[in-house]
Amino acid sequence: MRALKQHKGIVAPMDRSNVDTDMIIPKQFLKSIKRTGFGPNLFDELRYLDEGKPDQDSSQRPINPDFVLNQDRYKNASVLLARRNFGCGSSREHAPWALEDFGFRVIIAPSFADIFYNNCFKNGLLPIVLEEQIVDQLFQEAEAEEGYQLAIDLEAKTVTTPSGETFGFEVDDFRRHCLLNGLDDIGVTLEDAGVIKAYEASRRETAPWLFSADQNL
Amino acid sequence: MAGKTLYDKLWDDHLVKQRDDGSALIYIDRHLLHEVTSPQAFEGLRLAGRKPWRLDANLATPDHNVPTTDRARGVEGIVDPVSRIQVETLDKNCDEFGILEFKIKDQRQGIVHVIGPEQGATLPGMSIVCGDSHTSTHGAFGCLAHGIGTSEVEHVLATQCLVQQKMKNMLVKVNGKLGPGVTGKDVVLAIIGKIGTAGGTGHAIEFGGEAIRNLSMEARMTICNMSIEAGARVGMVAVDQTTIDYVKDRPFAPKGEMRNRAIEYWKTLHSDDDAVFDKVVELEGSEIMPQVSWGTSPEMVAGVGGHVPDPEAEADPIKREGIVRALKYMGLKPNMPITEIKLDRVFIGSCTNSRIEDLREAAAVVKGRKVSPLLKQAMVVPGSGLVKVQAEQEGLDRIFLEAGLEWRDPGCSMCLAMNADKLGQGEHCASTSNRNFEGRQGFGGRTHLVSPAMAAAAAINGHFVDVREMMN
Ligand code: SF4
Repeated sequence: MRALKQHKGIVAPMDRSNVDTDMIIPKQFLKSIKRTGFGPNLFDELRYLDEGKPDQDSSQRPINPDFVLNQDRYKNASVLLARRNFGCGSSREHAPWALEDFGFRVIIAPSFADIFYNNCFKNGLLPIVLEEQIVDQLFQEAEAEEGYQLAIDLEAKTVTTPSGETFGFEVDDFRRHCLLNGLDDIGVTLEDAGVIKAYEASRRETAPWLFSADQNL
Repeated sequence: MAGKTLYDKLWDDHLVKQRDDGSALIYIDRHLLHEVTSPQAFEGLRLAGRKPWRLDANLATPDHNVPTTDRARGVEGIVDPVSRIQVETLDKNCDEFGILEFKIKDQRQGIVHVIGPEQGATLPGMSIVCGDSHTSTHGAFGCLAHGIGTSEVEHVLATQCLVQQKMKNMLVKVNGKLGPGVTGKDVVLAIIGKIGTAGGTGHAIEFGGEAIRNLSMEARMTICNMSIEAGARVGMVAVDQTTIDYVKDRPFAPKGEMRNRAIEYWKTLHSDDDAVFDKVVELEGSEIMPQVSWGTSPEMVAGVGGHVPDPEAEADPIKREGIVRALKYMGLKPNMPITEIKLDRVFIGSCTNSRIEDLREAAAVVKGRKVSPLLKQAMVVPGSGLVKVQAEQEGLDRIFLEAGLEWRDPGCSMCLAMNADKLGQGEHCASTSNRNFEGRQGFGGRTHLVSPAMAAAAAINGHFVDVREMMN
């Protein structure tokens, strides 16, 4: 996984609440058995005017000029500014894969859906929760000023605006540690293999029926 | 010290290690897999040279992409080559790693959340995960059941553990009795309408109260299934005699002396009387009407006797904007009665409502009646091969076919339209599934979430009606 310590980038404001993962990456693209290549179909139904199909050359499709990511000033955005309950709905990890593939590294919103929030960290994306009023302010600033950038410091847990205003955010230590160092969760967990085995052994004593499924077949 | 909630008990029983930073390792008793969210996880294992930690904890089946007709041809019958590759990839991965899979031609194949309980692979007190957000369904058995992402699927395969942070406790209590014709689906839609799609975020919800206690396991599964639509990854119902009776004699369930031992433990799986919840919401069962969703989020629901809302009446600007956008997408006018919404298709199925009881409820409504000629299609998709067989033994298939509904093979089908079953642009569908997001059931399709009985009533009339008027 790609590490993220500090990041500074153009902010794309997506002014819509309850953006669900079906919207982030529609189901027809979930048929891929790979982890990459989802970027061109990020927000497919909002971005293009026709119906998206897998294995299509997206550069030839009619685009929706009203959609924020189709505006020239946001084309190189790497910070997504969003509204309440971003990432709700299906657990598909294709949603963070698509955001990451498009070029986003950070998403800022007043709230996120739990599974999506969790999936982001596993894919080098940093979701940041800021208060609604602050998010409102950032929306206004990002829309008012072309090329508006935010600087994010995961070590210090801060977001800084071009005028130097700084907002702190919360993130749990384990996730922060893994993202700062680009650590693979599985490797970290397997360091505790002995603890897991000991737990299993005691459960076999107290709840043996949980381990006999295969014999019952 | 205050007593423990059901969630606290399940958490404590599965805690392998509490880390200093607040995260914890939770042991996973059962891991369900399907073809959409697993290929990248198996690929990850292979690349890292890792093996599954414990094979017998895993059970797989293809469900999202499988066709609901012409199943005799098996994988060959999947027309879309990309869908076929996904199903073949699951078969290959399960064979290679030695994971038990109910393949497409196996009678036990079905939607993961239907087959787990049906097989007794879902047992009270288990921790259960699946790369699918509706894994909360299994919480109906007093399980700790989470939907997880693909990286976590790989993590569980490799370590039998999940890294979690303990959630807060929330109790949703439905008091009193439900009226006739009001089902588990109406209860959960009413709950989501009340608390919103983020109302349970960060919480594990326990559903309790007299109305829940009186429900069947099928109805409890319907309610837990949609916890995620209320923002909660985990939904639960305490274990009682209904639960214990349901798991009896199922293939994976303990038998004989082992069952007696298990029952002793299962009976402890309820919140203590003095347990404290961080959040409590109460509803009166008698006030819940059959529900219909009118918008593009599951919180956008109304009683069937109600109206589509008027955005002008909404004070919160973000919500108002949401209503305006939803009405435009849905092609509905403010203040129109719900019963005036005309339909093009009806879909009875999905992991929310495709179990035998759901099919019985729908069949009771259509029996001796005919599907409205205004509809283009009405279909029933049983949740598993075994549900299908049972329904046929009870003669439900004939009732549906005589009324003019299609009787299909099991799978997710039009719930998310990854297979050939989908809505056309602008079409309205009465659907017993769980998500009414834009495009969910097909590009430009318009989904209205309802119970099986309400979907059946809509099929007969071509528009929504209060199913209670059709019951005698
Ligand atoms: S029936 Fe629908 S919601 Fe349930 S698992 Fe299948 S696609 Fe997901």
